[in-house]
Amino acid sequence: MGSSDSFVKFDKVDKSYDGEILVVKDLNVDIPKGEFLTMLGPSGSGKTTTLMMLAGFETPTGGEIYLDGEAINKIPPYKRGIGMVFQNYALFPHMTVNENLAFPLEVRKLSKSNIEEKVKKALGMVELEAFGSRMPLQLSGGQQQRVALARALVFEPRLVLMDEPLGALDKKLREQMQYEIKHIHEQIGITVVYVTHDQNEALTMSNRIAVFNDGKIQQISSPDILYEKPENAFVAQFIGENNQLKGKVKSINGKMCVVKTEKGEEIKSLKVNVNSIGDASTVSLRPERVEINSSDSSFENSFEAKVKELIYLGDHIRTRVEVCGNDQFIVKVPNSYKGANLKEGASVKLSWKASDSRALDLR
Amino acid sequence: MNQTASEPILTTDGIPLKVSLQKSERKNKIRAFLLVAPLLVFILVTFLIPIADMLVRSIDDRQINTVFPKTFEVYKKWDQQGLPSEELYETMFFEVKNSEGYDIGKASTRMNYSKSGWKSLLKKSKRKFKKIEEGPYKEQMIAAEKRWGDIDYWKALGVMVDPTTMGYYLNAVDLKFDSNKEIIRQKENRRIYNHTWIKTFKISFLVMFFCLILGYPISYLLATLPLKYSNLLMICVLLPFWTSLLVRTVAWMVMLQQKGVLNNLLVMSHVIADENRFQLMYNQTAVVIVMTQILLPFMVLPLYSVMKTIPPTYMRAALNLGASPLHAFWKVYMPNSVPGISAGCMLVFIIAIGYYITPELVGGKDGQMVGNWIAYHLKTTLNWGLCASLGAILLAVMTVLYWAYNKIVGIENIKLG
Repeated sequence: MGSSDSFVKFDKVDKSYDGEILVVKDLNVDIPKGEFLTMLGPSGSGKTTTLMMLAGFETPTGGEIYLDGEAINKIPPYKRGIGMVFQNYALFPHMTVNENLAFPLEVRKLSKSNIEEKVKKALGMVELEAFGSRMPLQLSGGQQQRVALARALVFEPRLVLMDEPLGALDKKLREQMQYEIKHIHEQIGITVVYVTHDQNEALTMSNRIAVFNDGKIQQISSPDILYEKPENAFVAQFIGENNQLKGKVKSINGKMCVVKTEKGEEIKSLKVNVNSIGDASTVSLRPERVEINSSDSSFENSFEAKVKELIYLGDHIRTRVEVCGNDQFIVKVPNSYKGANLKEGASVKLSWKASDSRALDLR
Repeated sequence: MNQTASEPILTTDGIPLKVSLQKSERKNKIRAFLLVAPLLVFILVTFLIPIADMLVRSIDDRQINTVFPKTFEVYKKWDQQGLPSEELYETMFFEVKNSEGYDIGKASTRMNYSKSGWKSLLKKSKRKFKKIEEGPYKEQMIAAEKRWGDIDYWKALGVMVDPTTMGYYLNAVDLKFDSNKEIIRQKENRRIYNHTWIKTFKISFLVMFFCLILGYPISYLLATLPLKYSNLLMICVLLPFWTSLLVRTVAWMVMLQQKGVLNNLLVMSHVIADENRFQLMYNQTAVVIVMTQILLPFMVLPLYSVMKTIPPTYMRAALNLGASPLHAFWKVYMPNSVPGISAGCMLVFIIAIGYYITPELVGGKDGQMVGNWIAYHLKTTLNWGLCASLGAILLAVMTVLYWAYNKIVGIENIKLG
């Protein structure tokens, strides 16, 4: 992505609170106009700090943030024109829903009729037309969430930030809101930067996901690539379920390599994040890409394994096996005739393709 | 079981459920009552009964009737036109002559409140009446003391016939009954209370105002600073709280007097000339300064406890929506801190309005508040009826303020912690 179409640009941004530890290290991101970018990571990974710097509540210790080509480090938050949805909504409890929505418009000195019209429209967008005269505390969590969303959008900001906005909702409501936010984004085409630690949320809504860890972006790409082609062991482990096999690189052949485990098994893998022969490596493999007792000969990898545990989950059976020195290896076996025959303690044959096992760095 | 709706629900033992529930709850209720009983008795004895006694005392006028019972009986027949009859003189004569010195002393004090002169009249008469052997008494009494012939003295007795009186209350607002039982203003040189009331409210209001102005920023800082700094600051706020009131007051006397620390510093730094030293002690200024310092924690604590509950994201949200920091503060933070403001103001105002020791020590003549007059009448003039009425008015004012506050702001908006 070239810098020409970057709407938001982080240019070598550092942030430290105490002068000793960098919570954000050398951050470089370009966000094109209209994109839904999610910052995903465990707590303390620097994602919220990054968002706060963009909103203007924290000042970068180094580097510069650009919004629409303009350096904004020195612009106070109230002059940035960025909408934000806060973690606990931060609706003003002493104002009605209408007054909450009118607040940013009154500050901008719009005419009364204009304000009324826009408030109405924004409430319509989140389907809360009938609730304008209620106080925020008289609304349910989901309704408050929608009001917060409407308030962040009502003044037509250039950019909307969302800081774990769905964290306080129950699972069902959260999923529903995810779709709603996604649809609103598609409707009005606004640029959104979203922070969450919930990978499902990130996968559902985003155009791109930036995975944060340790103050750095580990990988930034679309959800499918992130899942299918993780570039390092952290991303592979953080997004979705993942089997890890540890070993050393034995040989390299172009895009492929062979990783040899301690016990001597040789796993043919994609060379992703290893450089030379002898490097320690973690081979990452998605559980659903492993076949049990397959007679297909197109699988490059095939090993003997012992079934340790079977967990019945309805549509599939979660099978824990010991293979290549890892007894936490998970295979998802579809609940079909084949799966029904498995017994704990039985020996099985596991096979997978070399292109599905990715040789990554050691963690 | 086939129960109809009208039948009471029974427990498995066959007792109606409601009875059974009451039985099991009774034990809890008794226990709860026993737990609060000592405090309840304590408050009853030391607080509610004295207040009731005070309220009674403020209108009580029975004592005088027990000293001159017959006189007042005959007095009721008098038409208030011309001097009373021989009969009234006669009963008065015997009741004065035969009364105990102690009783007549107390009665004469009371009579003096409605017309000054009664006290000395009775004192002298009691001595002179010994020489009068037989009637008719009217002429002899007037001959002994000319004032017995003055109709005003007789008229002044009229307000004392009732066992209750509004006289003390009138007195507390610079009014009195004249000899015709009409309400009139006190003589100019005796009007002290209205002026004192106004002064008391003014001082209390100023103290409340300055506490708010000084306390609000501190409380804000306390509520928003990281814990390790806010704890230190909190100790600084509370430290004076732990120091004796007298020590603090006397320290202020050292600070503020004419040759005190503050004036000396100002003179030394040539801000003021030596002969123009500020008069900061023994006046209202001193009372306001010292009381503000003493009552500040009562403002800070409720403010702090309310501000602590205002999430910092409110301000952030307001800024994010485009409000300048000042606007965000005024429209978002301040309204959310109103419960703390009102609790603090109520607390400080109510404590200030009845304050006694500080104005006594630093107020001089100019800085006396109602509390000081109550103490004066309680200890020096022994006019407890007036004390009681002044106290009752204070109580009434506070009740009215509380009521008005509840109407305007709502009492559920008060928050002390």
